[in-house]
Amino acid sequence: MTDITTGNTITFQGPPAVSGGAEARSRGYWAGVARRLRHDRFTLFFLALALLIILGALIAPWLGLPDPFQTSMARRLKPIGFKGHLLGTDELGRDLFSRLVYGGRTSLLLGIVPVVLATLIGGLLGVVAGFFGRGVNMLIMRVMDVFYAFPSVLLAVAISGTLGGGILNGLIALTLVFIPSLCRIAESATVQIRALDYIEAARATGASNWSIIRTHVIGNVLTPVVVYASSLISVAVLLGAGLSFLGLGVEPPTPDWGQMLSSLRQSIYVQPLICALPGLAIFLTSLSFNFISDGLRRAMDVKA
Amino acid sequence: MRNLQTTSVAPVAKDMPLAGKIPVVSPLARVKDLNVQFRSRDATVHAVNGVSFDLMPRDVLCIIGESGSGKSVTMKSMMRLLPPKKTVMTGEIEVNGHKVLDLSERQIRHLRGAEISMIFQEPMTALDPVYTIGRQITEAIRAHEPVTTSEARRRALELLELVRIPSAVSRLDAYPHELSGGLRQRAMIAVALSCKPKLLLADEPTTALDATVQIQVLVLLRQLQDELGMGVIFVTHDIGVAAQIADKIAVMYAGEIVEFGSARDVLVNPAHPYTRAMLASTVHGQARDADLPVIPGDPADLRRLVAGCRFAPRCGVSKSLCLERAPSLVGVAAHHDAACHLINSLT
Repeated sequence: MTDITTGNTITFQGPPAVSGGAEARSRGYWAGVARRLRHDRFTLFFLALALLIILGALIAPWLGLPDPFQTSMARRLKPIGFKGHLLGTDELGRDLFSRLVYGGRTSLLLGIVPVVLATLIGGLLGVVAGFFGRGVNMLIMRVMDVFYAFPSVLLAVAISGTLGGGILNGLIALTLVFIPSLCRIAESATVQIRALDYIEAARATGASNWSIIRTHVIGNVLTPVVVYASSLISVAVLLGAGLSFLGLGVEPPTPDWGQMLSSLRQSIYVQPLICALPGLAIFLTSLSFNFISDGLRRAMDVKA
Repeated sequence: MRNLQTTSVAPVAKDMPLAGKIPVVSPLARVKDLNVQFRSRDATVHAVNGVSFDLMPRDVLCIIGESGSGKSVTMKSMMRLLPPKKTVMTGEIEVNGHKVLDLSERQIRHLRGAEISMIFQEPMTALDPVYTIGRQITEAIRAHEPVTTSEARRRALELLELVRIPSAVSRLDAYPHELSGGLRQRAMIAVALSCKPKLLLADEPTTALDATVQIQVLVLLRQLQDELGMGVIFVTHDIGVAAQIADKIAVMYAGEIVEFGSARDVLVNPAHPYTRAMLASTVHGQARDADLPVIPGDPADLRRLVAGCRFAPRCGVSKSLCLERAPSLVGVAAHHDAACHLINSLT
């Protein structure tokens, strides 16, 4: 009964002010982020581009593309628009468009998976280090500092060089490269949050350390970490391509943009345009993830 | 048996004519000779020095004192919220029969929120900005009781109505930044009351609010205290607030209780020179152009405590005795104590 009456008074009291506010409120944080993203055409364009590249990579086998492994001595280094080959052929006569689409699979794998893994591992380590402080913090952060001491490209090359080639080792190398920076972001955000009243307030309601970490710390650390991680995807795409370019990531004949760039490089005076295509793919992918990351940061910033 | 006999024979029974008829009420909280020190590499800060008091059920005790007088520390130690590695606590704290200082970390967690709860000074920072009010209340409920999500939500709604938040249904899904300061403070009170605590600790809960909202929150707290039958310890440095809400008042200076008594006694007949000086330095209808009297000197340095009475260096009436020997609490009148050597010579 009381529920019904209170319900009535709410709708009765002032539809313009109260219900409007309530509607905006009930949408929540992520709905607000989505709403702000919808008005950001620039970011939307690059989001669409990135989705197109990802989608192409995902459904490549069902696109009816020419076989990316089919070589042909007669059709080497044909220009863009050559019959049957939308973007021409590479130095072994393989269809370049097909190889670019298939190459997106490994390039994106190397771009996204290490960042996701590093966000989980590095983020968690950072939160633990920041929350417990003292010895724990010392231990974790000094280990991270050791990794930090190396330039990221050098570290990636060193790790994957030691482990040997192959996609899996490339993934491990890139993950290790990204853990320290994400750990540091999570740690500094956690240290700031730890001193705030709501952590003490949660403790005063009887919450345990782990439940405080699970809800209050991770809830508040998530935004800066996710924004930073999204900016790392473009770096990871570049680094992954770099590893393959050096022959450390993906091994031939598996198509990969970095490795394609490396082998086509020798033909730069014969077909400069064709040689630039894998580079263009890397550039566009990296660029779109960068702009998406920027857009995400703007959309996730509630105060703006 | 023996106990009954002694009470009926003892002369105390004359003072309390009802003692035989109603059961003797035992205190809800009892603090005995509490000492709290913060140790760091550079110095040891003696934040609380030998504080003792009893809080009866349904009583509102106000602890007043200036910044650094140990009032918040006393309160936080009752919930053991102080950083365990840096803090040394001795003495006894008993809340609702639990010896707080002897409990394990797990046991104290069960006590927090369920039997002792706390509301904080800054409603903006004491609520987590990324969760809705409803979520934060249900979280507090579910920390202690295994209830379903919908049941927890129903109770959260009840709590918001209990603290008189208008259109509570929509406020349940509101984020803290969408509420005004007063509403936020009410929401925080709702979180603190979520498990019907027997003892509510309030750390200057109205200091950050507008004067008008301040009164509303005080009235609300007093009503809730009455409805739920809670004991409340209220820390403030605002004597006006204390006068509004307190049954009893404890005045703290340099980590010690210097005066304790009913709110009326302490505010109308202050016995300790510090309490008098403090009351004299408030605005209460003096002439417009008259300067307010101030207490000279600086607050006591808690790293290096002086021998004797800690207020003596700033006290207007101190004698040489005050600098030599520390006074202990002595009765001024019935249930009204003050720690001063000169109580009998002061009028």
